[in-house]
Amino acid sequence: MTDIPALEVIELKKTYASGVEALKGVSLTVQQGDFFALLGPNGAGKSTLIGILSSLVNATAGDARIFGVSIRNERSAAMRLIGLVPQEINFNMFEKPFDICVNQAGFYGIPRAEACRRAEKYLKQLALWDKAHHTARALSGGMKRRLMIARAMMSEPRLLILDEPTAGVDIEIRRSMWRFISAINAEGTTVILTTHYLEEAEQLCRNIAIIDHGRIIENTSMRRLLGKLDVETFVLDLAEPLDELPEIANVHLRRVDELTLEAEMARQHDLNSLFAALSAAGVAVRSMRNKSNRLEELFVRLVDRGKVAA
Amino acid sequence: MSGENLVALGTVTRREVMRILRIWTQTLLPSAITMTLYFVIFGTMIGRRIGEMAPGIGYIDYIVPGLIMMAVITNCYGNISSSFFGSKFGRYVEEMLASPMPGWVILSGYVAGAVLRGVMVAIIVLAISLAFTDIHLHHPLATLATVLLTAIVFSLAGFVNAVFAQKFDDIALVPTFVLAPLTYLGGVFYSVNALGSPWREISYANPVLYMVNAFRHGLLGISDVPLGVAFAVMVGLAVVLGALSLYLLKRGVGLRS
Repeated sequence: MTDIPALEVIELKKTYASGVEALKGVSLTVQQGDFFALLGPNGAGKSTLIGILSSLVNATAGDARIFGVSIRNERSAAMRLIGLVPQEINFNMFEKPFDICVNQAGFYGIPRAEACRRAEKYLKQLALWDKAHHTARALSGGMKRRLMIARAMMSEPRLLILDEPTAGVDIEIRRSMWRFISAINAEGTTVILTTHYLEEAEQLCRNIAIIDHGRIIENTSMRRLLGKLDVETFVLDLAEPLDELPEIANVHLRRVDELTLEAEMARQHDLNSLFAALSAAGVAVRSMRNKSNRLEELFVRLVDRGKVAA
Repeated sequence: MSGENLVALGTVTRREVMRILRIWTQTLLPSAITMTLYFVIFGTMIGRRIGEMAPGIGYIDYIVPGLIMMAVITNCYGNISSSFFGSKFGRYVEEMLASPMPGWVILSGYVAGAVLRGVMVAIIVLAISLAFTDIHLHHPLATLATVLLTAIVFSLAGFVNAVFAQKFDDIALVPTFVLAPLTYLGGVFYSVNALGSPWREISYANPVLYMVNAFRHGLLGISDVPLGVAFAVMVGLAVVLGALSLYLLKRGVGLRS
């Protein structure tokens, strides 16, 4: 494996005909073998960026290199290295999953015999083999999402881009999809993921970029980003109704209802002191949970900061 | 052509042919029924009263080339415009746009599919015509070349239409308001020599006239236009429409935002 990045985005800009500036000079590097999260609120520019990388959107300026191959100057060669799982279902509903996969391989110049072998392999791995010869419109929502992953794998890409692949998929199927993608990543495929399920990104991804209003506002490792979280909020379910809100040093308490409290505290303070203070005030806690996951909390703060700056 | 592009071209063509065969009641059967009706009504019923159009050529024989051309034109145009627009509408055109396939491979695959449908329909209509007439091929090479060139021209025209179309109405308008008048006024049912001035001169601006007459020359050995001019018109249109299609694909007009 060489030091060439899997993806290098260089000052990429996109202004649509309507005048909307979707990307305002995005630069980004994803190393080979990474599992990379590209996050951002709706309309931030994620899908435009992915569209440009997969040659579905024309860039206004800038370039991107896939394993050193320019999408602007060597489009065909660059596209051979990418597999795309788009956000919207985009296969022919009247075709059969097996044909959809075999045709996809054909578009990449893979001979039919090899294409058939790969179609069987990936449809089996994604638990779709028993539906391989039914029309695609008969598949459930989760199956359609898995079919798009199988289709993207037909060219065995070195860089797999997943644009919200688990949207609307139940938890069991979502987990099975992530097991598959994690295995692919472990075998050496670089994965770029966009998702609105931030706990997914936190668990799976090693590096992260957050895009907002067409600009990268954060680009670092997941560990370093989570280390920036200085305040956490916990939700406490109480055993008995609370008459009066106790005063506890270094903790901001807020009553949600008579049996629920929210406690916001700096990360350097330990939870033992909170529980000791609550016990001393006669407050019995039945259970506790994080209000939101850590990445979600950071994400909201970063994006809110961007709104204020804008 | 690289081996990979050859495989890709074969894949697009195969997918198109499979589509044509899968929905054969919509792609192959209608022309068979319509043309049978034309032969029965215009050929046997009305044709008998009209008599010979040229020495030894009855009216039913005279309209066979035009009817075959009419079927080729409408089927090639309709095939590519509905198939390619369908792929845009269903967004599965993205499968091809995001692949390494160059634009000319995508275009060639779609055109090959549409031309094959045109040829299949031409064979079906020709076979039906043999039940009503006893025509013999005069110039097989000119006949084949005319079918292929006409099929290519109208496949490319259908492709351009599909690229610009934004809704299904947009691909239905051209066949109704452009193709139908062009074919009916293109000498399918009559000789332009029977028209007075200025209608005869105006008819020479209609490209379908050259296609119908080149094909009539191939099948019956008679034509209202010089064969060289007819082929020049067909080749010229194919080159212009081919270049336009490739330009649109390269720029991503109607396909890439």
